Amino acid sequence: MKIKVYINDQWRTFDVEPSEYLLDTLRRYDYLSVRRGCDTTSCGVCTVLLDGKPVPSCSVLAVSVDNKAVTTVEGIKKEAEKISHYFGLEGADQCGFCNPALALTVYAMKQEFDNLSDHEIREYLIGNLCRCSGYIAQEKAVRKYLEDKS
Amino acid sequence: MKAVNVLTPSIDGKGLMMGKKGYTDDLAEKDSLIIKVLRSPYPFARIKKIDVFKALELVGVETIITHHDVPRVPFTRAGQGYPEPSPHDKFVLDEYVRYIGDEVCVVAAISEAICDEAIKLIEVEYEVLKPILDFEEALDNPNIIHPEAKIHEMFPIGFAPKRNLAASYKMEVGDVESTLKKADVVVKDTFYTQAQAHTMLEPHTVNARIDYQNRLIIYSSTQTPFHVRRIISQALGIPLAEIRVIKPRVGGGFGGKQAIHGEMFCALVTYRTGKPSKIVFSRTEVFEATYSRHPMKIEMAIGAMNDGRITAIDCHVLSDTGAYGEHALTVFMVTGSKVLPLYNKVDAVRFSGEVVYTNHTPAGAFRGYGAIQGNFALESIIDILARKLKFDPIKLRELNMMKEKETSPIFAIMGEGTEGTAMTMDTCKLDFCVKRGKELIGWERKYPRYDETPTSIKAVGMAIAMQGSGIPYIDMGAATIKLNDGGFFNLLVGATEIGQGSDTILTQIAAEELEVTVDKVIVYSSDTDLTPFDVGAYASSTTFVSGNAVLDAARKLKQKMVQEAARILECTSKDILYDGENFTNTTNNKLISLVDFANEITYSREQKQLSETGSYVGHKSPPPFMAGFVDLEIDKETFNIKILDYVSVVDCGTTINPKLAQGQVEGAIVQGLGMALWEEVKYSSSGKLISNSLLNYQIPTRLDINNLTTEFAESYEESGPFGAKSVGEVGIDTPPAAVANAVFNAIGIRITSLPITPEKIFRASQERKNTHEQE
Repeated sequence: MKIKVYINDQWRTFDVEPSEYLLDTLRRYDYLSVRRGCDTTSCGVCTVLLDGKPVPSCSVLAVSVDNKAVTTVEGIKKEAEKISHYFGLEGADQCGFCNPALALTVYAMKQEFDNLSDHEIREYLIGNLCRCSGYIAQEKAVRKYLEDKS
Repeated sequence: MKAVNVLTPSIDGKGLMMGKKGYTDDLAEKDSLIIKVLRSPYPFARIKKIDVFKALELVGVETIITHHDVPRVPFTRAGQGYPEPSPHDKFVLDEYVRYIGDEVCVVAAISEAICDEAIKLIEVEYEVLKPILDFEEALDNPNIIHPEAKIHEMFPIGFAPKRNLAASYKMEVGDVESTLKKADVVVKDTFYTQAQAHTMLEPHTVNARIDYQNRLIIYSSTQTPFHVRRIISQALGIPLAEIRVIKPRVGGGFGGKQAIHGEMFCALVTYRTGKPSKIVFSRTEVFEATYSRHPMKIEMAIGAMNDGRITAIDCHVLSDTGAYGEHALTVFMVTGSKVLPLYNKVDAVRFSGEVVYTNHTPAGAFRGYGAIQGNFALESIIDILARKLKFDPIKLRELNMMKEKETSPIFAIMGEGTEGTAMTMDTCKLDFCVKRGKELIGWERKYPRYDETPTSIKAVGMAIAMQGSGIPYIDMGAATIKLNDGGFFNLLVGATEIGQGSDTILTQIAAEELEVTVDKVIVYSSDTDLTPFDVGAYASSTTFVSGNAVLDAARKLKQKMVQEAARILECTSKDILYDGENFTNTTNNKLISLVDFANEITYSREQKQLSETGSYVGHKSPPPFMAGFVDLEIDKETFNIKILDYVSVVDCGTTINPKLAQGQVEGAIVQGLGMALWEEVKYSSSGKLISNSLLNYQIPTRLDINNLTTEFAESYEESGPFGAKSVGEVGIDTPPAAVANAVFNAIGIRITSLPITPEKIFRASQERKNTHEQE
């Protein structure tokens, strides 16, 4: 069946199976920054923004996003570049597999909240696992991005 | 320094953050056949009959491969130097299945759904055999896990499959028994370490196709592309020259991709059908059917005199390699060779043990590779000894630990199945690491415990560690650098970027020697057709071994450029001053810029390609050292442990990239804390993996880590590139013992098995209560 999705600021039509998850649809249509890391909605690397809120695309049925707005990291290019700048300064980049998903979540957090404590930031980002970094360098970079009002 | 030891963001960080494609599955052909594996439901069984007829009838099924269809050549999946120190005990597919998840047969079809349907239609008749699920019962058990003929060791590693023994070893310096007898104080204890799962976020992924030259092109998320090419050729009988292995961007490895997993099946399907194919492991498969860390039982005895001098260490290890012996010997050897030399002033030291087969998921390489297990045992027993001697535990370490310019006889004795390599520590700033770590954690104020309230107590604990920088005389890395018109360079390296930042630091090393900025050096890593050889990303080898290869290539190229510039400027090489921008004839101040030079040599006069290849094999393996200090809080009722801070002070020589080195240390510290406190690969009593998803195998989350404090000692290792040693692994070693020591310092309970869970502390506290009551 066909669904119409407003993805990264343009309308697109996707042909999907009724039982298909959004993650599989997106990868099939070459949105390859959206990735699969687990089978249990635990790791966060498949995160996309659905009407501006981060969701794990591995557990969202593709048909349910008909007529909704989906954003992948390509849709927040400028903000992702800023986040990347601070990651570079803090040495927070490692394997990069989870980074597009993390950038989306960090961006959504900045849109939604002001003046978050370190603990609140951790709570917001807890669904985005990272096995490489030990988290602290990432959090320093995220903090700097949140303080960047440009 | 222009490029080394200065803040340099990862060269690939931005592209990856922006979601550019580059990981293995991004590069699969659109029309790839999907490969799925039918896996054993039994921990140990013989396949009596396998009927694939109905499944083959299914529309969309391309091929089904069983053990009848593959060459019966024993090999090892371990990505190691050749000949490998791992037994050749694995077949592509076999009539025996040896753990739940072992491969029964391989299905290739046009979609995942058809694969799944086909797998349901395959009828397998098993003769169920009695498994061995407790590694302490494996040795000389009447049930033999590898009864088959033809399996063998490549050279003596103590392999005795009829005894369920994958490897064994024994060495002794001095006379341990008599030295222990003469010691004023002797302490003995037994330690258990659990299996740990790597949990890199990108699952094991491979795809293959035949190109227009009729060659087999494999993209693999691997740490060892050159080993993959060799192993596939050997096991499948495909000529080496027909295979190209490309390592794209890899989403984490930690040792889990230092072996072949899906490569064999992709290669088989594509080679036989001529069609592209791909396999992406599900997370369950990553847990059940790749690797985890070798669980160990470590018996330690240590003797000392009343003045605090440690005189003897005795260490016996029983290691569980699971169903196959990949890295069986070498992981176990490291438990001795990169742990026991920490206390090098002993009169006698003994190391011995057995690595046994069981019917569990195979164990394999994992960051820390034996050292984390041994470190937990040794650094725990040092604290136990200190208490018995009524010595401050740090003072006891300072008195006995390795110092600069010292050595240990163990280096010469223990290698990788062969003899080791004698070396003295040209750099060892362990004394500084300990002293600085003490300050940073606030040891004087906090040791042993502080801030006690009715419900909680805080405490500190510490441990020291060492690792290596590649395997001397075995690990070789190579690099090619070529000059392009326009005056920039290509750096082609076999070294395998897997997220640790090797592309960035190798670029920095090349840029530094060529005296240009990092943007003038374009790196390309790991493609068996295009880049020179490198063993791959393991054994903390990249910075030291591959880095030295890059430095060698850059030096040679610079020399060649100066020679050519001298020709152009009509002087001798000695008269040329090169500063990265210009070549100047110092006799007459005539100059030519690097850009003009590169253009001239490419297009104008006496044109030629300037390029050089360098390679390096270590004649020693200078160990990085570190001191790790934990500050933690224990809830007195629930025994829940909260990590407040972890201080690491590390001597890894020069940090080529200080921030990335810090990332290596901190990422490893958190994995080590996972091993110490939370992570555990668990099986049911019938051998089924319980911890087979991220729901029931929990890696540390952001909320588990409050703070990390990381500093580096000033240190310059002459033999390393710009003074560097490697730093990939050492960070993981200290957390288990540091946490165990801190828990003891907090509440006087000694936990000797990992992970250190509230349940274990509770049980120990109940036992202590009962004993007190009986007294």
